[in-house]
Amino acid sequence: MTTREKSWKEIAPAGVCSKSSIGFLTGDWKTYMPVRDLEKCTRCLLCVLFCPDGAIRWKPEKGDIEFDYNYCKGCGICANECPTKAITMKLEQE
Amino acid sequence: MTEEWKFTTKDIAEKPDLFLSGHRACAGCGPATVLRLIMKATRGPTIVTEATGCMEVVSSIYPYTSWATPWLHTAFENAAANASGIEAALKIMKKKGRIKQEHVDVIALAGDGGTYDIGIQALSGAVERGHDFLFVLYDNEAYMNTGIQRSGGTPLGAATTTSPAGTVMPGKLEPKKPIAEIMVAHEMPYVATASPYYWRDLLSKVRKGLEVNGPAFLHVFAPCPRGWRSDPAKSIEYSKLAVESCVFPLWEAVNGQCQLSTPSKLIALAPQKKKPVKDYLQGQGRFRHLLTPQNQKLLEEIQRLTDERWQRLLKKCQTT
Amino acid sequence: MKSIAKQEVMALNGDEAVAYAAKQSDVDVVAAYPITPQTIIVEKFSEYVANGEVQTEFICTESEHSALTACLAASVTGARTFTASASAGLALMHEMLFVTSGCRAPVVMAIANRALSAPLNIHGDQSDSMAERDSGWIQIYVENAQEVYDSIIQAFRIAEDLNVLLPVIVGLDGFTLSHTLENVKVLVDDVVQRFVGTRQLPDVLTHEGKKVPFKLDPESPMTMGPIALPDYYFEFKRQQEEAMKNALAVIQKVNSEYATVSGRSYGNGLVDVYCLEDAEVAVVCVGSTAGTIKTVVDELRQEGVKAGLLRIRTFRPLPVEEIRRALENVKAVAVMDKSMSFGGNGGAVFHEVRHVLYDAKAHPYVVNYIYGLGGRDTSPQELRAIYEDLQRILQTKRVEKPMQYLGLRE
Repeated sequence: MTTREKSWKEIAPAGVCSKSSIGFLTGDWKTYMPVRDLEKCTRCLLCVLFCPDGAIRWKPEKGDIEFDYNYCKGCGICANECPTKAITMKLEQE
Repeated sequence: MTEEWKFTTKDIAEKPDLFLSGHRACAGCGPATVLRLIMKATRGPTIVTEATGCMEVVSSIYPYTSWATPWLHTAFENAAANASGIEAALKIMKKKGRIKQEHVDVIALAGDGGTYDIGIQALSGAVERGHDFLFVLYDNEAYMNTGIQRSGGTPLGAATTTSPAGTVMPGKLEPKKPIAEIMVAHEMPYVATASPYYWRDLLSKVRKGLEVNGPAFLHVFAPCPRGWRSDPAKSIEYSKLAVESCVFPLWEAVNGQCQLSTPSKLIALAPQKKKPVKDYLQGQGRFRHLLTPQNQKLLEEIQRLTDERWQRLLKKCQTT
Repeated sequence: MKSIAKQEVMALNGDEAVAYAAKQSDVDVVAAYPITPQTIIVEKFSEYVANGEVQTEFICTESEHSALTACLAASVTGARTFTASASAGLALMHEMLFVTSGCRAPVVMAIANRALSAPLNIHGDQSDSMAERDSGWIQIYVENAQEVYDSIIQAFRIAEDLNVLLPVIVGLDGFTLSHTLENVKVLVDDVVQRFVGTRQLPDVLTHEGKKVPFKLDPESPMTMGPIALPDYYFEFKRQQEEAMKNALAVIQKVNSEYATVSGRSYGNGLVDVYCLEDAEVAVVCVGSTAGTIKTVVDELRQEGVKAGLLRIRTFRPLPVEEIRRALENVKAVAVMDKSMSFGGNGGAVFHEVRHVLYDAKAHPYVVNYIYGLGGRDTSPQELRAIYEDLQRILQTKRVEKPMQYLGLRE
């Protein structure tokens, strides 16, 4: 399905952006993806803070963190910084 | 001065991001982490203005935006002038009863391009005029967005596309401009350096800068794996090594009074902890040529300059 | 407003008239940098600020580039802004002129038209703002200090009109107008305030899906000045062109409305015609020289010459219809340019007038006179000689010199 792009009459002036980047999924950029060993993870939350893309989130209601692979670019910072080496970068299948 | 901001890791992790996911920064981008952290330290209504550069381009590709705060970009050299105009408008509109907020923080963001070189005039002018804003420099040490060209913030010996490591000239021959010291010389209320590995220190400094009534300058180290030809997974690690080797010491100057921040203070107290510059440089492709025998002298010069600047800083921070 | 408002006569030079008009227009932020011959504007305004006569944040920026930047940023935060410059200062702003119009910020700027370097020259010609005619700013050029006072006030209304939202340059000839004392009729403060009103903002759809007033406001965040790649940029430029088109009607409307308040209007706001109805020979001029030409036309008319003058007041947007109608029945036209377009076979005004006349039903002879560069004075005799040249062209049915330089030592 193709959506018609807006004409000059329909867009806001001065380039006022009309969409949040939350709608732009960068997850397909990655080659490697972070995989977490739940036993080793101490929920220190450093990965949540250091991720350049905010792709790891702390979910207080779950008492645990969550990886959002829709945005993760596979940089490996989380794995490199994890104090207990709970995260490993694995080649993304398919 | 307002009470010191106390926060737990969970507080920060839970705070919603104001610099949103879905931006187009490279994998492992140091500045992107820096920006996420900076926005976590905001304290209320905030307006952000940014100079042309990596972070501006990746976060505002029309029609998408990664900014949950009001955000303005106009040109490359004028982030500080933008901030001046916004601040003045807020001030007068508040006086005339047209603003409902009690106070709005203004943050100007720029890379080393928009700060050291083309941006220095507007920055110096805005600081001299005493506008109430926080200027944050995210320093990836070259004009990265246009393809890794050298800037005044590129360190001695680094290879960039306009200071390549060739057969006759081994990278940039000039040392890194001491921008934070230049800002201290403006006799401004608050100047500080920060590094994303030391995120607590970074967050407190952002908050301090916002709380200051007047101009504040924050110089943040922000590794660029693309431009530095380094491992994207190591961007935060390099921001730690830079402090440990005293290439990028952490300090702050409150009304001109310099004091070392804890990570650098620990090294001052235990000099054996200071890592050699080589530990920091190796692994970065932009410094690879320095590890050859013919560039041994330059590597030594880099160590010497690092030590000289470190000693100068220690002397400045002694009288506290 | 049914009757003409009470007015007071003040002795003001062009710069002072600009400052006074800005003072009365409830400007929120002024960010400016001094440059001859505009300095009196900023100095006078500084006095008003220092004496608490205005409620304005005045920023003495460290350069003109930053001055326009600060005005733009303040404007998109919701403030009414004003600045002034000239010559090299305007040239330094060049980049930001395009950004300001691209951001649809209704900044009003007075330009005390002055020559560009090199060599350095502080005197009046129109090279500075003519060089910026592509920048997307509305351009209005005035004939005298009275008109500059009136035009600055009108400029805020024109710029802020929701169908326009474009920045406005009001050009006054350097030294000739900026520094020459005239009797200027000024309106009282509250009449001006009522005329300019409070700034209205259009509503725009943001990335949060809300339709909110177009300004930087933490209550309703929006992103302004993004990067627009080839698949998006073009449409924004088309919007600006539409705004320019709308400005033609708005300028006329504001001119008539102002007339009901002040008793003064300037042609229809776009062009001012003088003895053109039955003219056979005519001069087209922009700016203060029009005043001198009117005296020459009167003289020639006494001698039975069917001479006329077309003063283009609004240069951008170009009033195509008005120019064509005004000159269609004239037989020989001399277009005067107080600037040069090197290598362009004529000055800017000449190009545009000739281009407009291409579609006219009759084609008069159209020739170009470059004059006044670097503030070189233009005498009534020299202006009279232009009309004599035009008459000779009609007699001989030949143009010997399509482009001439008035007062140049050949």
